[in-house]
Amino acid sequence: MKLFKFAASAAIMAWAAAGASAALAQTTLSMWYHGAGNEVELKLINELITDFNASQTDWKVELQSFPQAAYNDSVVAGALAGNLPDILDVDGPNMPNWAWAGYMQPLVIDETKIANFLPGTKGVWDGKLYSIGLWDAAVALVTRQSTLDELGLRKPTVDAPWTKDEFMAALDAAKAAGKWEFPLDLGMAWTGEWYPYAFSPFLQSFGGDIVDRTTYKTAEGALNGDAAMAFGEWWQGLFKNGYAQATQDPADRDGGFAAGKYAFSWNGNWAALGALAAFPDTVFLPAPDLGAGPKIGAASWQFGVSATSKNPQGAAAFIEFALQDKYLAAFSNGIGLIPATPTAAEMVDNYKAGGPLSVFVEYSAKTALVRPVTPGYVVQAKVFEKALADIANGADVAATLDAAADEINADIEKNGGYGH
Amino acid sequence: MALISADNRGLRLATRYAVLGLIAVIFVFPLVFMVMSSLKPDQQLLQDSGNLRAFLPVGDISLDNYTAAFQRAPVATFVFNSVLVTGVTVLLSLLICSAAGFAFVFVNWKGRGVLLSILLATLILPFETIAIPMLLMVAHLPWIGTEGITWGWLNSYHVQIIPFVADGLTVFLFVQYFKDLPGELIEAARVEGASWGQIYRRIVMPLSGPILATAAILKFLVMYNQYLWPLMVTQEEGYRPVMVGLQYFFQLNVAWGEVMAYLSMITVPVLAFYLYLQKAFIASIASTGVKG
Repeated sequence: MKLFKFAASAAIMAWAAAGASAALAQTTLSMWYHGAGNEVELKLINELITDFNASQTDWKVELQSFPQAAYNDSVVAGALAGNLPDILDVDGPNMPNWAWAGYMQPLVIDETKIANFLPGTKGVWDGKLYSIGLWDAAVALVTRQSTLDELGLRKPTVDAPWTKDEFMAALDAAKAAGKWEFPLDLGMAWTGEWYPYAFSPFLQSFGGDIVDRTTYKTAEGALNGDAAMAFGEWWQGLFKNGYAQATQDPADRDGGFAAGKYAFSWNGNWAALGALAAFPDTVFLPAPDLGAGPKIGAASWQFGVSATSKNPQGAAAFIEFALQDKYLAAFSNGIGLIPATPTAAEMVDNYKAGGPLSVFVEYSAKTALVRPVTPGYVVQAKVFEKALADIANGADVAATLDAAADEINADIEKNGGYGH
Repeated sequence: MALISADNRGLRLATRYAVLGLIAVIFVFPLVFMVMSSLKPDQQLLQDSGNLRAFLPVGDISLDNYTAAFQRAPVATFVFNSVLVTGVTVLLSLLICSAAGFAFVFVNWKGRGVLLSILLATLILPFETIAIPMLLMVAHLPWIGTEGITWGWLNSYHVQIIPFVADGLTVFLFVQYFKDLPGELIEAARVEGASWGQIYRRIVMPLSGPILATAAILKFLVMYNQYLWPLMVTQEEGYRPVMVGLQYFFQLNVAWGEVMAYLSMITVPVLAFYLYLQKAFIASIASTGVKG
């Protein structure tokens, strides 16, 4: 009898212990992130995850990090194999494609918390929020105050940017000075997404675009209309007339401005501190107004929830947790990008009012334009890149842009309009 | 006359060495560039890349890039994974493909010609065309392991090994080689009452040193350089091989010194394996010659 009582007590205690353990157990949320190989970024994301896991008892995020160059392919393969995580990060312009392809589900968070976020950080597709970024990136025309003074050039502002004539006059002056190998460094060594991110704003500033954004069903008229043709001729002229080099050594892209090879450099805020270190009088000028207003690209990496997640509330809880200003500021301090909110920017020495990079916040807020918000963008970006590279190398402008528009249209048609 | 002959022989020898030396230099210089660059800071590396200093250990030389490479990525894990996956695949491949080649050449069975043709037809299929169907298959296959039966092979070593243990090219190499072996040996063994297994183990394989070495080298290179497949099937860092690991070094601003240090480290197993088998290859040719 004693033995029976002992056994029964032990069983009840074991059951109670198991129950209590289950009640305390956190549900695991898997997360994929593109930062493998970047020590600083990984440290920041791990701190964020540690804080979240310790902040509540319902969820526990576990991270798998991927090298950025292989990340998109890994996600596509994971989606095909039915093996996506709960939380993933996505490069802003790719989000519509992943949402359309069924890799992601709408992100349900308290949207009042992102009311003051920079526009480029919000990933909206088909009227729904799918992703949100903790930071954005911006591009500026990098030069030195001494260069402006030497060439007798007005310092433009975001409210009074250089006109196309002023911009070309600045390049002419730099060329005539004979002090630099090339007046302008466009970063032609950076292939891939740099082309649509950095150069499509020039096209948009001319009044054209990669695709017609009113319908997203054709590139006709947008990529090969009058404005686009004018852009193409101007773009080709930059190389034909010796303002910039069509092919560039990557080493020149990384260190050419600091080495004094270029008078102006079209570069992102991530390279700004390096330029300031080389020349303390470095200034970051807004994009020139080429006719339809100054434009720069927008949207960087953002967090979203996979379509197959069985715990979207938990995933959304993590993403909401990450949106705190202190994390926005920490990532900005660590990797140099623009904090998503003005309040977080005030916490970052580089971006607070009067900070050396504060103009980038203003440029993002006032001149940024996200790349075409369509699932077809992933194809359109590659077509655009090839067209611009061909034109830079002397291809016929009209024929190249017509062919690019046809290729984009064919892809849109082949994919049934991509749901537009 | 003898003096002139000696001169000619000397001249021929000098010419031969000069040509061989030139070829060796052409093949060795990229490796020298890689190793020397791995010892230099990025700025110096880029400055030196346009002149002969790129091939010399000059300037600010240190092992800093190696230290940084280990900090950036789990290099030892990647190398271990690659060596394990490659080694096991090569061994299994030699076993299975040689057995298949043996069966195609020496054993009479119905349909072997058709099956060999189908096998050879797979040579024209680029891997990229079958990668996605393969991914869909392995993602749902069962596996018996320490946790019992599980479904899906993703994030494992076996998903990187099993799909590659047999391939048309390796079977074809064995078939071609076995066809040239003297049939009298096989017939004599059969007359003596040897089984097919005994003939395979005791007669054919001992004569197959050169083809084993060749097939091993080819398979090793293919497996060690695998990128697309492991990228698709290994979401967990602990299973990634060296070529996926290489991507860790391509950040926005590439640290070229670290890239060179990483490449130098992952090249060591390849060179060691090649040099080892090169000896075996030559020894096999010398020892397995059959004279009629």
